[in-house]
Amino acid sequence: MTQPIIKARGLVKRYGRVTALNQADFDLMPGEILAVIGDNGAGKSSLIKAISGAVQIDEGSIELDGKPINFRTPLDARNAGIETVYQTLALSPALSIVDNMFVGREIRKQGIMGKYFKMLDNKEMARIAREKLNDLGLMTIQNINQAVETLSGGQRQGISVARAAAFGSKVIILDEPTAALGVKESRKVLELIQEVRSRGIPIVLISHNMPHVFEVADRIHVHRLGSRLCVIDPKDHSMSDAVAYMTGAKVPDQVEMA
Amino acid sequence: MTDTTQTPKKGQDFESALDKSDKNVAAFERKSKGMVDGLQHLLHLNPTLVPVMVLVASVLIFSLPMVTDGKFMTMFNLSLVMQQVSIIGILAAAQSLIILTAGIDLSVGALMIFSAVVMGLLGVNLGVPTFISLIAGFVVAIGGGLMNGLFVTRVKLPPFIVTLGTWYIFLSILRLLTGSQSIRSQDIDAEAAALKIFGSYISIGSARITFGVILMIVVFAVLWYFLNKTAWGRHVYAIGDDKEAAELAGIKTDRTLLTVYMAAGAVVGVAAWASIGRVGSISPNAFAEANLQSITAVVIGGISLFGGRGSILGPLFGALIVGIFESGLRLAGLDVQWQVFAIGWLIILAVAIDQWIRKVSA
Amino acid sequence: MKTTFTKTALLCMTAAGFVSLASGANAAAHSVSACLITKTDINPFFVKMKEGAEAKAEELGITLNSYAGKIDGDVETQIAAVETCIAAGAKGILITPSDGAALMPIITQAREAGALVIALDTPFEPATVADATFATDNFKAGVLIGEWAAAKMGDTSNAKIAMLDLNPSEVSVDYLRNNGFLQGFGVDIKDPTDIGDEDDARIVGNDVTNGNEEGGRTAMENLMQMDSGINVVYTINEPAAAGAYEALKSFGMEDQALIVSVDGGCPGVQNVKEGVIGATSMQFPLLMASMGIEAIAAFAADGTKPQNTEGLDFFNTGVELVTDEPVEGIPSITSDEALEKCWG
Repeated sequence: MTQPIIKARGLVKRYGRVTALNQADFDLMPGEILAVIGDNGAGKSSLIKAISGAVQIDEGSIELDGKPINFRTPLDARNAGIETVYQTLALSPALSIVDNMFVGREIRKQGIMGKYFKMLDNKEMARIAREKLNDLGLMTIQNINQAVETLSGGQRQGISVARAAAFGSKVIILDEPTAALGVKESRKVLELIQEVRSRGIPIVLISHNMPHVFEVADRIHVHRLGSRLCVIDPKDHSMSDAVAYMTGAKVPDQVEMA
Repeated sequence: MTDTTQTPKKGQDFESALDKSDKNVAAFERKSKGMVDGLQHLLHLNPTLVPVMVLVASVLIFSLPMVTDGKFMTMFNLSLVMQQVSIIGILAAAQSLIILTAGIDLSVGALMIFSAVVMGLLGVNLGVPTFISLIAGFVVAIGGGLMNGLFVTRVKLPPFIVTLGTWYIFLSILRLLTGSQSIRSQDIDAEAAALKIFGSYISIGSARITFGVILMIVVFAVLWYFLNKTAWGRHVYAIGDDKEAAELAGIKTDRTLLTVYMAAGAVVGVAAWASIGRVGSISPNAFAEANLQSITAVVIGGISLFGGRGSILGPLFGALIVGIFESGLRLAGLDVQWQVFAIGWLIILAVAIDQWIRKVSA
Repeated sequence: MKTTFTKTALLCMTAAGFVSLASGANAAAHSVSACLITKTDINPFFVKMKEGAEAKAEELGITLNSYAGKIDGDVETQIAAVETCIAAGAKGILITPSDGAALMPIITQAREAGALVIALDTPFEPATVADATFATDNFKAGVLIGEWAAAKMGDTSNAKIAMLDLNPSEVSVDYLRNNGFLQGFGVDIKDPTDIGDEDDARIVGNDVTNGNEEGGRTAMENLMQMDSGINVVYTINEPAAAGAYEALKSFGMEDQALIVSVDGGCPGVQNVKEGVIGATSMQFPLLMASMGIEAIAAFAADGTKPQNTEGLDFFNTGVELVTDEPVEGIPSITSDEALEKCWG
């Protein structure tokens, strides 16, 4: 059996008297799309924040590629190869597509200009950005120096996913990527997710949208009352089952553990 | 909505109706648009275009013989306007850095005078070598910027409040230091003439270019380079645009902000040195409205008060527009109040255009 | 009035007695309290004023409380200060009003409460709002430098005059000095309370300086743009004059123009000595304040109020012309003599 790329055991996170994570486990296998579903307040965002370094857990352990990790900031997680695409997308609207893709990891010119005058290599960044966007089928970029705020919601999501996928990341976490999108744009984003997966990058998908989850996910992690209730295979369960597990209306009889 | 009760299968056809629809959502097509939209897009891409147009138009209008009787459009007068705006121009460059991060700095003018006073008190009154008094002046200026930056990033206070506070603090210190008494031009000449170096000039025809004017242009050029050609510059814009997004995207926002405030302080120090050359003496009472004048130049120059938008070159044009208006209206024989009146409208116009440009979308 | 005083004194003595039985005699001596409210406490002019008031108050055994606005024109702080003084039962208030009209109601209230109110330096409008005004005769100050400049030139028909005024508000000190100068120089001033209404072709123009070097320089540059032949420069004060001189120097024309000014601050007098300023009219802030304290002491003792100088609606604390190039018929002192008396 292959090793999980991320393996978390016994995660506990308390906010005052509220226990957001209660002995939660989590496993992400290489190359899969793992959906995380759960009712509001089930603790799925705490789970994701714990993995992406946005919150520090009180108890438990997280391993990446078999090595224990302890992220103090999202930047730590990112440096370790865990990219998160936030629901807010974390794009700077007035900056261009290229600038946004390279923000925080800009490429400097070779030689004196880059070394002593810190000059950016805009051509190289534009070339890489165009290449990455083309790779993901985000096609026909007419003006890569266009400001992000002039793009549609789906296009922005695309840029954000492309940014996450572009820099040799090991894991991409997508937080509600289709929540703010129309039907057509959601479709495009789902295709993009599958495109990224086909490159071998595993994806954690947090979503409320059952059809979307069932369409793209390989496995579904059902979170309930601060811990993992079960992991189900979308081929073997219906959406109504999933919703029933999530809300506690039904207890899963067959629990698949990793 | 789709029906979630039926048993779903992978690749089910609940969205099959969309198959024939346009899937080209992530493509960056450009639809043809009307004139107004076109203009909006043009300005969005080139926020400096508005101030440049206003500048050119005002120069042309004031050049008309019936307006200023030919007194305005002389090389000498134009170079004089440059001299007159040079100090506010340099301060506006410092102000731009702060405003680009969605902050505001009310303390720039006071800090400049504080720095100039320190240079003068040491170099002139105490006989310290000029070089050392200059360093001390810069230490004060950068230290003042650092102080603002620390309160903004560590204590998380709004820049408006922090710099309102430090404005009063700097003013009171410099008044206590000087007893509100100017350091005379003649004393500076005798003790530390190098403090006035930026008042020297070179003549090109009838135009007079002071070193202070050249310095202003150099300051803008250097800042333009750092803001447009380095990662630091991108980060400054990203922070001003959306600090939270910048943080999530991996920028160390507080550290960058601190460098911005210190850089602004250094530019204020440059303004302090240049101001001694420009005014001749060091007056604790001069430049009382320099903070507002610098903000005016920045706003007229098309930098958004909400941060993250606009070119650093805009405030240079903004400062020049104010100078041109003042000179032109005066030479046209109008009361001084009409200058104030005109500047007021320019500010409102500039911010209105900024708001309009922000609404651009594909 | 007398009974009020006695009551106050008794009250104070009783209060003091409660605090400390041993200080009875002292309490009686300090029972007269006075207030000094200046426009700002940063201008050396007001600093000097405060020094004069404090020294005299100390000498006469009067308790002095000093207040100041934050900037020139800060009326709110001055109103609050007057309120504090009324509440504290001050016997007299010395004030340099930032805005005579705006302060009128509270000053009236202070007088009704039994305080003697003396305007220092700047009169109220009308001046009768206060019990008295102790001030420099600013018009006279202007006349002196105007006459001096005219006498110095001899033939004034070729004069080209630059007028460097204070600010766009045209406050009284501004128009009094401005028009005094013009009248002394021999120009028809039309309305003596208006700046810039003259139609004498010898006047190149007016511009504002905010009374500092930077403003003085810029204003002078601007007027030189209108006529580069300017040969007489009137300035509202000495910092503005220093700025005007810098502008002339940068044009290489510092020898072409006579600069005259008003104030008598030490750097200004030094500039007279070094030939930057041709002549300046010196005023005496220290005297204004010390005489003001004396007036309060007299009022507290027997209720006498100060009288105005003959022919004026205020008490003239004097003005002297300072120049090292005296002219016939205009009394003046030299810069060396003036350095002994200057303020700031």
